[in-house]
Amino acid sequence: MVEFAMYHAWIIPLLPALAFLGISLLTRPWPRLSAYLACGSMLVGFVFAASAAVGVFTDPELIEKPLVYAVRWFSMPGLFIEAGVQLDPTSTMMLVMVTLVGSLIFIYSIGYMHGDKGESTFFAYLSLFASMMLGLVISSNLLEMFLFWEGVGLCSYLLIGFWWHKISAREAAKKAFVTCRVADFGLLLGLISLYLVFGTLNIVELAEKIPGFPNTGLLLLLAVLVFLGPIGKSGQFPLHVWLPDAMEGPTPVSALIHAATMVVAGVYLVGRVLFLFAEVPAAMEMVAVVGGFTAFFAATIAIAQREIKRILAYSTISQIGYMMLALGVGSLSASMFHLWTHAYFKALLFLAAGSVLHALHDRADVWEMGGLVRKMPITTWTFVIASAAIAGIPPLSGFWSKDEILAMTLADGHPVLFLLASFTAFLTAFYMWRLTFLAFFGPENPENHPHESPPVMTVPLMLLAFFSVVVGWVGTPWWPFFGEWIRFGEVHHGANYLVMVSSTLLGVAGILLAWYIYHDDRTRAYALAERFKPVYKLLWHKYYIDELYLWFNHTFIDGAAKLLYLFDIYIVDGVIVNGIGFLTRFSGAVLRLGQTGQLQTYALVFFLGVLMLAVLLALGGSPAGLLTLLGGVK
Amino acid sequence: MSNPVVAVGLNHFIVLSALLFAVGLFGVLTKRNAVAVLICIELMLNAVNLNLVAVNKFITPTAFIGQVFAVFVITVAAAEVGVGLAIIIAIYRNRLTVNLDEFDWLKW
Amino acid sequence: MSVWGVVAFWGLAAVTLLAALLVVSLRNLVYSVLWLAVTFLGIAGLYLLLEADFLAFVQVLIYAGAVCIMVIFAVMLTQQGGMGRTSLFNYRNVQVAGPVVLAVFAVMAGLAGVLDRYAVSTERVPPDTVGQLAVMLLSKYVVAFEVAAVLLLVALVGAIVLAREVKPGE
Repeated sequence: MVEFAMYHAWIIPLLPALAFLGISLLTRPWPRLSAYLACGSMLVGFVFAASAAVGVFTDPELIEKPLVYAVRWFSMPGLFIEAGVQLDPTSTMMLVMVTLVGSLIFIYSIGYMHGDKGESTFFAYLSLFASMMLGLVISSNLLEMFLFWEGVGLCSYLLIGFWWHKISAREAAKKAFVTCRVADFGLLLGLISLYLVFGTLNIVELAEKIPGFPNTGLLLLLAVLVFLGPIGKSGQFPLHVWLPDAMEGPTPVSALIHAATMVVAGVYLVGRVLFLFAEVPAAMEMVAVVGGFTAFFAATIAIAQREIKRILAYSTISQIGYMMLALGVGSLSASMFHLWTHAYFKALLFLAAGSVLHALHDRADVWEMGGLVRKMPITTWTFVIASAAIAGIPPLSGFWSKDEILAMTLADGHPVLFLLASFTAFLTAFYMWRLTFLAFFGPENPENHPHESPPVMTVPLMLLAFFSVVVGWVGTPWWPFFGEWIRFGEVHHGANYLVMVSSTLLGVAGILLAWYIYHDDRTRAYALAERFKPVYKLLWHKYYIDELYLWFNHTFIDGAAKLLYLFDIYIVDGVIVNGIGFLTRFSGAVLRLGQTGQLQTYALVFFLGVLMLAVLLALGGSPAGLLTLLGGVK
Repeated sequence: MSNPVVAVGLNHFIVLSALLFAVGLFGVLTKRNAVAVLICIELMLNAVNLNLVAVNKFITPTAFIGQVFAVFVITVAAAEVGVGLAIIIAIYRNRLTVNLDEFDWLKW
Repeated sequence: MSVWGVVAFWGLAAVTLLAALLVVSLRNLVYSVLWLAVTFLGIAGLYLLLEADFLAFVQVLIYAGAVCIMVIFAVMLTQQGGMGRTSLFNYRNVQVAGPVVLAVFAVMAGLAGVLDRYAVSTERVPPDTVGQLAVMLLSKYVVAFEVAAVLLLVALVGAIVLAREVKPGE
């Protein structure tokens, strides 16, 4: 079984793809059947992934030399592209995570999407997404990965705009796709350049060819181009703008795609080609700074948002910033570890939020919620566990992974980034517990009539809560199982107690501050908002970045379009097309005046011609001409 | 150089025929009546005939070509005059005019 | 050429030229045609000078006879009003035609100068012109002869068809 799973890992993405085909072609009229088909494909996929994991995590060889098998995809003189599977601890970890979290979310969706008109279509899209994501994770070739990258982007578009009768959903889907397109253009340029320079896009081959390449300037350019893709897909500043709007989609979509899996594809890509970035210190700096800044930036916006899913969206952007920061300081382990733990608690947060939205009939403003603990205990306490995890409270999973990142940042000699990241940890705890207190505790809102969600939704919540507690235990400093298997370079040993204590204190401080302001009587919150009104406005409007982009688009892109339109109308149409027509008509009008219809005019022209001929021939000088004139008389 | 008045040679005939041709040409190009144009064409053809016969006598008398050619020219000219006049009569029947200025139906 | 020949030449040349000028310049079409007949006769005389006696005979018979009569017929059939102002000039064309005609004449006359390089033959034209003509027409140029015959037939038929009176109801 283990051997089979390892050598046939391509079956894992294939199963959801078959579910997609099955649902869209066959079982659309029966939503229940579609749902079971989709969940079944994911669960079987999880079994395969777990079997492969057993095999991979018992073979230390695979850390340095991954198991790769591929077939020729297409080739022609000068171009050879393969498609295949690369199994190493990193990709196997991703396989397990995606299938496990995916299965739980699929099961949850059975309850959440029950009764929706497009329930079958939803599971079809979700299955397609799952297969694309799984394919991305095990790709052995960057072009193949790019194919799946675009595939997940497409599914994201389809799922964000799932309720297409809402204008906001349609706009959000377009925004997501277009923003990612801008980023993917850079990525594509990077891939093409990589192929031109190194002659291959196979990850293992590139890992052999790139270290030691002398032209670091070129490598920097390649790194920057390739990094543009993750900036868009993983929602880093400045292309983060699509993620909060993507919350228009159904909550399972937000949980699966915009928390646990697709948005981390960017982090995964950078992790896969970390050898390229590691060659150029400037590139690593860039990644670290972008990540660190995004983490802080998004956290500041999150503290002023009102809709529950938006707060979680900015939280996601911030946490992914942490993952990028970890990569930038050279620690693949810390980054992937945070990716792993984040998937569980973030999915839990979103699913619990979905449970709340389901109960309150889509009322999303947290200020209109309150005291949900009384009627929705399971949702509340699972949410609390996840909030504690993200705030970095030991011994929950979030603590271990966030701690690892902070420790590695300090160890790599980035004190500023360390301070920034630590402060962000404080902010994270603050805004998450602001949300928790406002929504779940305090006075109830008499307009709401909440009820607990059905078991098909609460059981996944409980399972995810359990995972949020335990999945971090594979990466503690005293048992660095994770760090030994998934690493880039040497294993990092030792525990930095200073960092551990400080991050815990920051987390607790954040929670206490939130409790102080928000837990019961809201007046302190309103007073605070009044006192810092300009700051509050800036944060509430997300630093006006969306407005800036809109202005940019209207001025430059629409302006350029207008110019080209005018060019088309006046020059192409007017001068060239109409001009040629006019010229033809005009010349015709002039030339027709020569047709007088008068016989004698024609005779005149005739004789003029004869005259000219005679003169030319005679004066031409050659005796032949003269002879022609004289008619050959001898 | 012999006296051009007394010694009449080929050149005299050629100049004479050129003069006749030019006079006929002038008539063709400027007369308004179609029949007048036709008779001026006849004048031109006769000038050509004169030319042919003169050259025949002075340069190739034994080959006799000029006179043969002239016979043919006369034949064709006669036929042409016949047909031409028939056409003019036909047009006159329809349009009641033989003024060439008014025969401009091929005008733009 | 003998003295009489020279005198004949200049006389005939003058007559022919004068008649031609009158043909072109007279306003009365019938007068024009009459002077055309005089021109033809003059040219016939010149043919005689050039020892083309059969040709002179044919010229008088056909041109001065048949063609002129045909033209008179046509003039009469297309008559409108009085004959006095039937053949006028188009003065617009005159301005353009004048220079063109002069140029054409200059070119043609100029060729006369060029022909000096061709040797004037001292032989005489064969006296039996009719016989010679017959021999040539029926042997060397028989194809042209036949074609000319067909041409005459076609012209005959064509002229009849064109000038036919179309009766009402046809």
